[in-house]
Amino acid sequence: MVTEALRRRWMSVLALATPDEIDAVWRELGDPPAYARVRGPEVGLVMVRARAGGTGLRFNIGETTVTRCAVQLAGGALGQAWVRGRDPRHAERAAVLDAMLQHAGRRAELEATVIEPLARARQARRDAATERAAATRVEFFTMVRGED
Amino acid sequence: MRRGFVDPVLGSQRVFRRVLEAMAHPGRIVTLDALIDTPPSLAPASAAVCLTLLDFETPVWLDDAARSSEAVEWLRFHCGAPLIDQPEAARFALMLAPATMPELDAFDAGTDAMPDRSATLILQVDELGAGAGPRLAGPGIADTTQLDVRGGPPRFWDLVRDNATRFPRGVDLLLASGRRLAALPRTVRVTEG
Repeated sequence: MVTEALRRRWMSVLALATPDEIDAVWRELGDPPAYARVRGPEVGLVMVRARAGGTGLRFNIGETTVTRCAVQLAGGALGQAWVRGRDPRHAERAAVLDAMLQHAGRRAELEATVIEPLARARQARRDAATERAAATRVEFFTMVRGED
Repeated sequence: MRRGFVDPVLGSQRVFRRVLEAMAHPGRIVTLDALIDTPPSLAPASAAVCLTLLDFETPVWLDDAARSSEAVEWLRFHCGAPLIDQPEAARFALMLAPATMPELDAFDAGTDAMPDRSATLILQVDELGAGAGPRLAGPGIADTTQLDVRGGPPRFWDLVRDNATRFPRGVDLLLASGRRLAALPRTVRVTEG
């Protein structure tokens, strides 16, 4: 049984991977299954919203391009992907992988060979960026003045 | 899952133009020629109108026949419109079995100040014919015209007449059959039959 949380995680990992990383796992996969495009891949705009300071009121931070795609495997599963950017190949492959992951037969194998490596790669990218940023961190403090 | 319009952009543009023509000329039968892949319970014309007019901003009400068919998933996927249970809150309503549909005043007729905030009803009927049936007049009809509707709700033309008496409030009707479409907006007057 595919729970929403499980699927949400792998869809997120697939969407947040770089196109090159998707290319690499796709090549490892061997022959892709037979599938039909149901929608797209097509590019559109979405409004990104954020909260001031992470907790404040919601505001529109700006628009970003998104590519979405839906495919259906010969076996019946409907795979979807929404990927930031304008790479139709990324969206289509992510949708196919989403559909394949919904079949119990190959899920464990795909989790190990596709999802986990992509998640690790993303974590590594994040860590590297955090490290670079941390090196330039400035500490502000107030000198204690004498008694007024 | 079936695809919807074979060409989503051109398909919805062509259908929109045809819906506009039908609405501007009440009683005129137009043919929707855009290629479309629909679930079996949905006629190509009703499906094409839904894909063209419904989106995330238009709450839609479906009758029981539509709800119990494959059409629900298809509409949800392609239109992304919220499906709601109260007909009075719907911007659009789709009736696959108009014979058992609710009364027209179950739907939002707008207000005198904002008559455009009213519902548009899509009725999938058995057959639409020109040159027979009651005589229609009103804006968009040069002299009079005739429209024959098979498989509509009982006392259909009385409903259309009552709807016109509420002007400027009221609902607008789209009748779909196969690939054919006709509109009966609230401005239409049924003069005989």
